[in-house]
Amino acid sequence: MTYLAKPKLHHPDLPRNTVGHTRRDYEGRISTLCAGCGHDSISAAIIQACWETNIEPHKVAKLSGIGCSSKTPDYFLGNSHGFNSVHGRMPSVATGANLANRDLLYLGVSGDGDSASIGLGQFAHCMRRGVNMVYIVENNGVYGLTKGQFSATADKGSKSKRGIANSDEPIDMVGLALQLGASFVARSFSGDKHQLVPLIKAAIEHKGAAFIDVVSPCVAFNNHAGSTKSYDYVREHNEAVNRLDFITGREEITADYAPGTVTTVTQHDGSVLRLRKLDPEYDATDRLKAMAYIQQHHARGEVVTGLLYVDPESSDLHEHLNTVNAPLNRLSERELCPGSVALDKINASLR
Amino acid sequence: MKQITSTNDFVVKFANVNGSGSASANELFARSILRMGVPVAPRNIFPSNIQGLPTWYEVRVTENGYQGRRGGVDLMVAMNPQTWDADVKEIEEGGYLFYDNTKPMPQSKFRADINVIGMPLTEICNSTYTDPRQRQLFKNIVYVGALSALLDIDPTEIERLFSEQYKGKEALLQSNVKALRLGRDYAQQHLGGPIGLKIKRADNVGNKIFIDGNSAAALGAVYGGATVCAWYPITPSSSLAEAFIKYCQKHRVDPADGKNKFAIVQAEDELASIGMVIGASWNGARAFTATSGPGISLMTEFIGLAYFAEIPAVIVDVQRGGPSTGMPTRTQQSDVLACAYASHGDTKHVLLFPEDPTECFEFTAKAFDLAERLQTPIFVMTDLDIGMNTRLCEPFKWDDKQSYDRGKIMTSDMLDTGRDFGRYLDVDGDGITYRTYPGTHATRGGYFTRGTTKNRYAGYSETGADYIDNVQRLLRKFDTAKKLVPAPLLYPAEKPARFGAIFYGSTSPAMQEALDVLALRGIHVNALRVRAFPFQDEINDFVATHPWVFVIEQNRDAQLKTLLVMEAKINPSRLLSVLHYDGTPITARFIVEQISQHAAARTVVPLKKVVS
Repeated sequence: MTYLAKPKLHHPDLPRNTVGHTRRDYEGRISTLCAGCGHDSISAAIIQACWETNIEPHKVAKLSGIGCSSKTPDYFLGNSHGFNSVHGRMPSVATGANLANRDLLYLGVSGDGDSASIGLGQFAHCMRRGVNMVYIVENNGVYGLTKGQFSATADKGSKSKRGIANSDEPIDMVGLALQLGASFVARSFSGDKHQLVPLIKAAIEHKGAAFIDVVSPCVAFNNHAGSTKSYDYVREHNEAVNRLDFITGREEITADYAPGTVTTVTQHDGSVLRLRKLDPEYDATDRLKAMAYIQQHHARGEVVTGLLYVDPESSDLHEHLNTVNAPLNRLSERELCPGSVALDKINASLR
Repeated sequence: MKQITSTNDFVVKFANVNGSGSASANELFARSILRMGVPVAPRNIFPSNIQGLPTWYEVRVTENGYQGRRGGVDLMVAMNPQTWDADVKEIEEGGYLFYDNTKPMPQSKFRADINVIGMPLTEICNSTYTDPRQRQLFKNIVYVGALSALLDIDPTEIERLFSEQYKGKEALLQSNVKALRLGRDYAQQHLGGPIGLKIKRADNVGNKIFIDGNSAAALGAVYGGATVCAWYPITPSSSLAEAFIKYCQKHRVDPADGKNKFAIVQAEDELASIGMVIGASWNGARAFTATSGPGISLMTEFIGLAYFAEIPAVIVDVQRGGPSTGMPTRTQQSDVLACAYASHGDTKHVLLFPEDPTECFEFTAKAFDLAERLQTPIFVMTDLDIGMNTRLCEPFKWDDKQSYDRGKIMTSDMLDTGRDFGRYLDVDGDGITYRTYPGTHATRGGYFTRGTTKNRYAGYSETGADYIDNVQRLLRKFDTAKKLVPAPLLYPAEKPARFGAIFYGSTSPAMQEALDVLALRGIHVNALRVRAFPFQDEINDFVATHPWVFVIEQNRDAQLKTLLVMEAKINPSRLLSVLHYDGTPITARFIVEQISQHAAARTVVPLKKVVS
């Protein structure tokens, strides 16, 4: 839907966040995706979440691979640096970028082809290294840009638009992320903004690998009867385990909750996650139980959504590597080069 | 019987079993000769194996300082029964065979034209040590002791090396000294004293240093300001990343809080390692990877992206033989074309060809300046011969007054003055455009990085005119690179020469020696050492002034020659290839033989001279 230019002018009274920006300042170019694409709703949720968490847009680096989902970073945070890298290799680029400057927010946007097929290896290693980033997979079970082939997350038995049933087992990204040590794992649905926005906000504040699998129907190739990634199917089978209220450390907690229905998780940076339980049995801080729960419900054809796991004591790759607090890209020659005197000593030791 | 006699000019080869602890003893032997002021050129010839397969260590003792492999063996230290026959065969006539005669060997296993020195090493060690591991390890030191007596090496130099190595470890020091004396005493009492090969104290080492190319390149990366290293283990480059870890731990830890001014990631594969390098460089850090041919193959898609997206990257390619199991522990210069044109699309990359560890240090450090100035991947094309062998070379130099060239960076202040920022806008006419680091400015300077679908302002464009505008600019940039990369070095013959020779990289030491030998035979050759691609005009001028130019390479397909023909537009009929590609380092003997043959075929002797 590219023919309608967005007006640049906007109402002077649009609300501003604490860093002085309106929500419009977090927008990007007009999307070139199909009308009704779930990915555009995710872009809108990212815009909302970034605005609400008061992140300065230029302090975000947007990274993606190749595919419909990977195009979307052009459609939000227009003043941020973005990098449309190589198919399936966003995680390594994000890892390197993160190592160079630990002060920015790294927002990786990928798809199920990009992360579950060609890039499964890089996805896995990024999770296990604990790269401090928000990793969103816009999961529609299908290749859009190449017109309708199954991806590796397509459910077994799910039908393509041409009526062919998928015979391969699906890869469950959430299950993988949990097994690989991601310290924040969530699943949501592009059609449920109220669930998705707080999850993205919490992921932004999380220290470590924060993974969100967002089921995002492809209106062009995977929204028909027989598909398990269609709007109708997901709405019908969505089993939300909790509702998240995200509260940063600076905000006062005012909402009232019925006793016994709320779990509070305080993250490393002091931000508070309030989880309103929809399933009283579900414990989002127990990795093993979460894995079992998700598998059991998947077997029943249910799509479990919500904040599925969070480790409040998480750490990240910089902590593991014991790097200095200053971003590595800001270290000067004086701090990096040992100089000629040290070199003379090295020369002497080599004689 | 003939006995080779030579002082400070011979080849000793140790035939060992991999994993037997011989490597450090053999290096000790080489170092002790260096300490006597006599240059050596040692080489490891080793299998792709941890334990059990044959391995050799060849020490060329060379008073002239020739660092190439000579070829031939004057003294074989045969410690491996598996390779006995081949090892004995390799000895020059009149040469020496040193072996363990604890178990008697049939007469048929020896040669009549060599001098045999048997010593019961196993028996001596078994009667001295009870621990099986000690018996094995000290056997190596015992033979070094014996050799010191046979070759007249000053034992105090070896003991000094021990005391440096085992500083503060008195027990280890004493046990090594004991083993050394055990071997030396035995040799003096039972083996009849020195043989025809001798080490005589000299003063030819000077202030040279003794180091392998991988360590030197790693140190170059430290000095060049690399903060991010991502790598995947692959022979023969692994020791480069490991040396970088070691040097960083020594020189890059903040003494105030013990935190690291570096980040090193052992990636899951080469695709990820180059991805991390590109991510880090895009974000303004100096980043590099070290790999070998198979790794380059895996990296090519990313390398192409870095070329078109104009992201700096430093790649050290320690070249080896072919793919999969192919010759991983043997040397070649066979990635030249693969690196020059790595990736799909129209790509060309800057290559640097260091000749030895000194240039590995210098070129690797410089590669970061070039990568940031040119905003493109830079390849440091070393190989196993330079990378994994300890080489005597010029000491490293660093000028504290020079500073890193960070290239064209548009800063926040520059953006505030209202300067026009187009990520791919060539404002200076050199093909190099300004870039911003992510996070630079609140409202200006942000841009989207992608492959080729873009215009000068980094907007999305699939228009043909935009594409051509961009890739033509990349050609201008490549032309600018010519002025920045190391220039070729001329080695003029002492007398007027009709032949020219072009060589590069690890061929250098063998070539220098070959030029001397050829000159003695009356074949005068002007030589030019190519040190980088893109090629400078000096190379064309050089070829133009010689009827024939030899191109000496260590690959089958004459890859540099191909590149010279394609890129420098040199007439191929003027170029004569001299190619060595069996996986061993090229020798002066080989070059001399090849060039002599070519020269003879192309030298017209005047009739007057023939009849007279």
